[in-house]
Amino acid sequence: MVEQSLYPNYPKDLEMVITTNQVNFFYGPTQALFDISLLIPAKHVTALIGPSGCGKSTFLRCLNRMNDTIPHSRVEGEISINQKDIYAPGTDVVELRKEVGMVFQKSNPFPKSIFDNVAYGPRIHGEKNQKRLTEIVEQSLQQAAIWDEVKDRLQANAMGLSGGQQQRLCIARALAVGPKILLMDEPASALDPKSTTRIEDLIGELRTNYTIVIVTHNMQQAARVSDYTAFFYEGRLIECDATPKIFTNPRQKQTEDYITGRFG
Amino acid sequence: MMNNSTEKLILFALRLITYAIVLVIGYILFDIIRNGAPALNWQFISGFPRRSGAAGGIFPAIVGTLSLVVGTIAVSLPLGIGGAIYLAEYAEQNKFNTLIRLAIVTLAGVPSIVFGLFGLGIFVLFCGFGPSILAGSLTLACMVLPTIIVASEESLRAVPKGFRDASLALGATKWEMIRTNILPYSMSGMITGSILGIGRAAGETAPILLTVAAFYLPRLPNSIFDQVMALPYHLYILATQHPEADKIRHMQYGTALVLLLLVLGLSLGAILIRTHFRKKFRW
Repeated sequence: MVEQSLYPNYPKDLEMVITTNQVNFFYGPTQALFDISLLIPAKHVTALIGPSGCGKSTFLRCLNRMNDTIPHSRVEGEISINQKDIYAPGTDVVELRKEVGMVFQKSNPFPKSIFDNVAYGPRIHGEKNQKRLTEIVEQSLQQAAIWDEVKDRLQANAMGLSGGQQQRLCIARALAVGPKILLMDEPASALDPKSTTRIEDLIGELRTNYTIVIVTHNMQQAARVSDYTAFFYEGRLIECDATPKIFTNPRQKQTEDYITGRFG
Repeated sequence: MMNNSTEKLILFALRLITYAIVLVIGYILFDIIRNGAPALNWQFISGFPRRSGAAGGIFPAIVGTLSLVVGTIAVSLPLGIGGAIYLAEYAEQNKFNTLIRLAIVTLAGVPSIVFGLFGLGIFVLFCGFGPSILAGSLTLACMVLPTIIVASEESLRAVPKGFRDASLALGATKWEMIRTNILPYSMSGMITGSILGIGRAAGETAPILLTVAAFYLPRLPNSIFDQVMALPYHLYILATQHPEADKIRHMQYGTALVLLLLVLGLSLGAILIRTHFRKKFRW
C-alpha cells in the first residue's frame, strides 16, 4: 500500500510493482546511489529525470541487475519486484530479465534478420515451434508499431532499418520475451524529432499493459509521457510525485531549480 | 600549422618508404618465381625425390607440410580460441590474469628454435611420441598459440557492447550470449588471424627440425606417429646441406616457390573466409 505521508498525491489504491528500500550502489570505491527508496506503480509510466551523472541510469540498471556485469560494483539495500527481493541469493537472473525487459539508449539490433532479432529471446528460452515463433514475432512487431513497415521484409537484415525503426524493433524484441515491466534508458535521445514522437506515442500505447520506467534527459518528454516522475540529483532521490505536480508545484527547491532550467 | 611544402615533403617521404618495402618484397617474389617456375611441373609436384633430392619431385615434402598444417590447426585453433574466450569474456582484471597475458605476449617473442627444443624435450622424448607428425604439430601449435589468442581476443573485444547488453537483457545466460551473439560475429576475425599465424608456422624450419622433419624419406606417412619430409626443411637441406647444392638451383627455387604458393593459398583462404563473414554480418 502507498505510504500516504511520502506520496500524498498518489491514488490510495495504486498497486506498486517495484519497491526499493535504502538502495546504495558502488562502482568500486565510488558511491553512485545513496539511500534510494522509491515505489513504482504498476501499469503506469514512471520517468526518472535529473542531470547527467545523477544516478538515474545506474538505478534503472539495478532493476534488472544489468549492473551485475560491471566488475567491482556492489548493491546494498533492497529491491523487490512483486514482493520478491531480486538481489536475494538464489535469484534466477534469467527469470528476472524475462520479467523485466530493457531498451537501451543506442538502438542495438543484432546483425541478423528482423525476424531473428525478435525471435531471439523466445528461442533462447526454449521456444522451437516455428508457428508459435511466427505468432510471437508478428504480435511483438505489431505492439511496437513497426509491423506495417517491416512485414514484407522480415528476412532482411535489421541493420538496414532507420534509427527510429531500429529502436522500435528493439522494443519489439524486448516485448517478445513477455515481460511485465519495461525499462527504457533514454530510448529516444539518439533519434530525430519525428522518430521520437513515434516512440513517445508507442510508450503511451504500451502503458495500458506494461509497467514502464523511463530514464530521460528531456523534461518535456518526461512531462508528455509519464504519470509519475522521480527527480534524481547527485545520486540521491530528491522527490517523486505525480508528473503534473512535479512540473507545476514541486515540493523541493532543487527540483524546481532543475525543471525551470536553473541548472542541469 | 604546417605549410604546404612541408606537407608535400612528408607525403613524398612516406610514399617512398612504402614503395621501398614493396620493392624488396616484389624482388624476392620475382626472383623466386623467375627461377622456380621452370622447375614446376606435374612430375615435380607429384613425384618422389631421387638421388637425395637432387632429382625427382617433392611430393612427400608437400604432404608432410600439409599434414603439419592440418595438425597444427586441429590442436591450436580450439585451444587458442578457447583461451581467448576465457580471457576476453570471463577473466577478471586481476594480477593473476595480467600475468597470464604477460606470459602469452612473452611466448610470442620466444625464438622458434627454443620451441623446437621444447618440443623435442616434451613431445618427442617425455611423451614418447618420437619424431612424428604429432610431435611436430604440437610444437608448431605451441608456437602459434600466442598469435591465435591475441588475434581472437581482439576480435572478441571488437563485438559492440550493445549486442552483449541486449542479449543479457533478454535473459540470455553468459554462455548463450557468447554463443549466439559474440562468436558468430568474431569468428571471421578469429579464423583469419589464426590462419595467418599458421601460414607463418608452415614455413618455419627450426621447430620441426628436431620434432618431425626427416632428412630424406621418399615415402608417404602412414599415421601421425610417422616422420615426414617438410618443405622448409627440405629447402634448407637442398640449399645448404646437399653435396650438389650449386648444381640443383632449380630444385631449390622450385621448392621455395611451392612453399610460397602454399602459404599464399592459406592467406587467400583467410581472406575469402573474412569476406564471406563480412557480407553476412555487417554493423
